[in-house]
Amino acid sequence: MTCRYALWILAGSFCLIWTTARAVAQPAGVGPAPPHDLVAADHPGDNGNAIDLKWTLSGDDHPDFKPRRIRAYRIDRTLIDEPLSDDAVLESFEVPYGVAQYTDRRCRPSAAYRYSAVAIAVDGSVSPPVATSGETRAIRQWFDSSRTSFAVILVIVCGLVIFYTERTKAGKSLHVREIAALTAMREAVGRATEMGRPCLFITGIEDMNEIATVAGVAILSHVAETAADYDAEIVVPTTRSLVMTAAQEAVAAAYLAADRSDAYNPNNIYYVTDEQFAFVAHITGYMVRERPAACFYAGIFYAESLILAETGNSVGAIQIAGTSEATQLPFFVAGCDYTLIGEELFAASAYLTREPQQLGSLKGQDAGKVLAAAVLVVGCLLKTAVVLRPDSAGPGEWLKFLMSTCLGGD
Amino acid sequence: MKSTIPWLIAAVAGSVVIAAYFIPAAQSWQDAIGQWFEVLAAVAFILGGANLCLQNLQKISARQAGWGYAAVTLVSFVVTLGVGLLKIGVPVEDPQHPWAGSYQAEGSAEWWLFEYAYNPLVATMFALLAFYVASAAFRAFRLKNAEATLLLLTAFVVLLGRTYAGTVLTAQVPDEYSAFSIPGLTTIIMGVFNTAGQRAIMIGIALGVAATSLKVLLGINRSYLGSGDG
Repeated sequence: MTCRYALWILAGSFCLIWTTARAVAQPAGVGPAPPHDLVAADHPGDNGNAIDLKWTLSGDDHPDFKPRRIRAYRIDRTLIDEPLSDDAVLESFEVPYGVAQYTDRRCRPSAAYRYSAVAIAVDGSVSPPVATSGETRAIRQWFDSSRTSFAVILVIVCGLVIFYTERTKAGKSLHVREIAALTAMREAVGRATEMGRPCLFITGIEDMNEIATVAGVAILSHVAETAADYDAEIVVPTTRSLVMTAAQEAVAAAYLAADRSDAYNPNNIYYVTDEQFAFVAHITGYMVRERPAACFYAGIFYAESLILAETGNSVGAIQIAGTSEATQLPFFVAGCDYTLIGEELFAASAYLTREPQQLGSLKGQDAGKVLAAAVLVVGCLLKTAVVLRPDSAGPGEWLKFLMSTCLGGD
Repeated sequence: MKSTIPWLIAAVAGSVVIAAYFIPAAQSWQDAIGQWFEVLAAVAFILGGANLCLQNLQKISARQAGWGYAAVTLVSFVVTLGVGLLKIGVPVEDPQHPWAGSYQAEGSAEWWLFEYAYNPLVATMFALLAFYVASAAFRAFRLKNAEATLLLLTAFVVLLGRTYAGTVLTAQVPDEYSAFSIPGLTTIIMGVFNTAGQRAIMIGIALGVAATSLKVLLGINRSYLGSGDG
């Protein structure tokens, strides 16, 4: 019995010693297998500041290995054109395990770079490096090829607008449907005149670099002309200094066009503040104190849309609004008497002036909408075909072409 | 001439920005135009500040109705500007460069004004939205006609579907008919009808922006320049 216990103890000790010896014999710091086939190439269709890198994953980087052996890959970049400059200092980037490509977007155009990559194990050990075979340069291309589809769409839409503008200038008459909000503008100014109260016009809270603000100022000039005609007072508080100067010019020209330049008061077009809610506080305070009879909102609005519309409603003003912010449209619809929805804001100038060349642009917009609707219908049909006939490759390929090549999506 | 030169500047700047979107080599020009815009906006800000002072001083001197508000505005403007420019209360981190600290550094007078005066006022204005949403919803959802009734029913379903009540009320609906539960109907309304409508509006806006930009570039619409010729 004692002999049996001694044998067990002897065997256990042997196992313990063997395991320990094996662990000690394992050389510490031996790195993982390196990545290989590192290839660097110029990133196509860019400003010459990016290089694409691709490599084959390390042999130790496999999803089946549990626990995972590779933590990341480190890419080292060397500038070889100017070895003494500061940029020659090695730059490193890390990408996570399982990723076999990286785009270095911090390159200088036409500079020559060399790259090397190592795999970093979970314990911090590093594989031997693998380098690119030669130098790589980021070349500046003259055209961003990834935006070709957008360029084609832009040319088609702009071409249609110009085509219809020229046709209308040549004498072709156009039918423009009635836009209630624009027809009501004259009525609103007339009401303000009768009540002896001012008209309030807000051109949004963005600057003149936004095209919706430009559209708002264009509408302002027509409303101001009507106000000058009717001898109504128009007040235009602005949230940007540049908008204030543009609005002053537009209103002054409108009064001049109405032959009422003596009635123009530049003090009615003034700057308040750039701050969103401070501006709102001023406008709502003005509405409550002065009780304008007509309020016009045309431009870009955010959270303040409902506050303005509801305050205007509470003072009994007739309100007409238009914005390019689709998320704010429901608030204007709920709070205002008339709302210019979507492209109606941009069509307002053409509608109000009735100039043939501006009306032609409306027809061009409509043609663009027909084109968009056609693409939508084709896309729906192809998607339906893909769902009904999943085995058929044709519709899937066409859908992919439509989505990625024509529309530039994923 | 008064509108031709500004139009030419706008047309050239706009064309460069469009070109830079497609031509990488022109991106530095776009950056330069952006910097010019910033410079212009900064100069215009002085114009705006002067206009603000002038307007409020006129109100005070003429004792117009509400001139007290104008006085408060002017005092607030001068105090905020002065405190920021003089960097009052800005902690000195480097005695060699006592003016190097940020005017908005924590503990400075400007920071205090923003933290304890401006931000609470902004939060108060923003909080008003809750009440305005309620009043607007009350008016929008009144049963005036068939469309308003449909709007009310849809809103009712979406409101319920966005709360736990919707889940509880239709918990008995079998999984194969989950599309008819209140959360399921909410998903369909928001994902199909609402998204379709939103996208239609977005496409119209995009086309409107393109057409208006083109009119600005070609000088067809110059009313924003005050030309008075359309």
